[in-house]
Amino acid sequence: MYQFNFQPVFDSLDLLAYGAWLTVKLSLMAMVLGFGVSVLGAVGKTSGIKPLRWLIDIYVEVIRNTPFLIQIFFIYFGLPAVGLSMSPNSAALLALVINVGAYGTEIIRSGIESIPKGQIEAGRALGLNPVQIFRYVVIRPALRNIYPSLTSQFIYLMLTSSVVSVISANDLASAGADLNARTFASFEIYLTLTVIYFLLALAFSTAFGMIRRVFFSYPASR
Amino acid sequence: MIREFTSTEVLFIVAAIRWTLILSAIAFLGGAIGGLIIALSRTSRKKSLRRIAAGFIQVFQGTPLLMQLFLVYFGLAVVGLPINPLVAAAVALTLHASAYLGEIWRGAIEAVPQGQSEASTALALSYRDRMQHVILPQALRLAIAPTVGFLVQLIKGTSLASIIGFTELTRAGQIINNATFKPFLVFGTVAALYFILCWPLSLLARRMETRMRRAITR
Repeated sequence: MYQFNFQPVFDSLDLLAYGAWLTVKLSLMAMVLGFGVSVLGAVGKTSGIKPLRWLIDIYVEVIRNTPFLIQIFFIYFGLPAVGLSMSPNSAALLALVINVGAYGTEIIRSGIESIPKGQIEAGRALGLNPVQIFRYVVIRPALRNIYPSLTSQFIYLMLTSSVVSVISANDLASAGADLNARTFASFEIYLTLTVIYFLLALAFSTAFGMIRRVFFSYPASR
Repeated sequence: MIREFTSTEVLFIVAAIRWTLILSAIAFLGGAIGGLIIALSRTSRKKSLRRIAAGFIQVFQGTPLLMQLFLVYFGLAVVGLPINPLVAAAVALTLHASAYLGEIWRGAIEAVPQGQSEASTALALSYRDRMQHVILPQALRLAIAPTVGFLVQLIKGTSLASIIGFTELTRAGQIINNATFKPFLVFGTVAALYFILCWPLSLLARRMETRMRRAITR
């Protein structure tokens, strides 16, 4: 009969809490930077400049049709061979940003394309300049339309970030792996990690719901 | 002694594709059975069944696949079974696929107009007949594009089985990289092979989705 032993987990709760904080930090940075990449990618794809569109298409298709694990191996082990070496943490962040940027580009593009042409023309007729049109007429309603897909992609990103532990970047899964190497209470440790990831996913989901109410509940609330 | 990256090494990597495909096939078939059960429970009239299925989906979609793999892998020892990477990967990916396919198919079942269900009841069809001959065939039409899309995600997901030591495409690449130390070339090759597996499926899913949208809006 298997004897459960959660003592190593209880003894190192501070370590796991710190790991969870690192995962939150890494995910948040990847979300913010990945969001920037996504908006640029989506604007480029809807710009009508053909070579730019092709480049973005290649980026999106390559990233979406290869595993994240291979992407991170390629960045961390492959790029130094051509003179681009970086720390595990930088490689992890870069890989996550590149990955979520590809999915985000497609999501935001579909949002931009969901804005009727007539609205942009109406904006022009009201004398808005192109920056104002993009900001108030295109991107804000576009983001509102695709908000659920984008935020579930972000939560998926947070869960995927556990894979960065394979290159020993600092995160929750790495903290668990270190603890496992010292105590061998494998099942108990990974069960705890799974619960923490689940709680993090719930927390992110709640936070995104609150952000939605603040930024995208117009015009009903005003 | 560092080996060269020759055709022998490339062949070793290419041959490992079969394990990626076998693992994907097992997980997809297992996930199809599990997913159908989850989808039917999720749309059932019994509240308890709906709750259990919803919980199952939430747990498996709310935790990392990597953690699910580790849990099943080390969980085998907990229930007294010998640790086997293939079994662990197959079980974890099957559970994972069950949750995702269950959620996709729930959506498809719910998208079939309520009237169809009511008409079947009015015709005194049993639950089994109603599902088998009325609801599921119509849901299938809606479900097929996102299902193919999920298959891409599943094939990519099998790469994580390399972390618990199962030698599929990714692990074959790591083995060759350790022997030749040509990471750029080796992982580039592995990425290209995944791309060849996944891209046609992605294109197919997208084409089916556009065709479906056209059929619905017509």
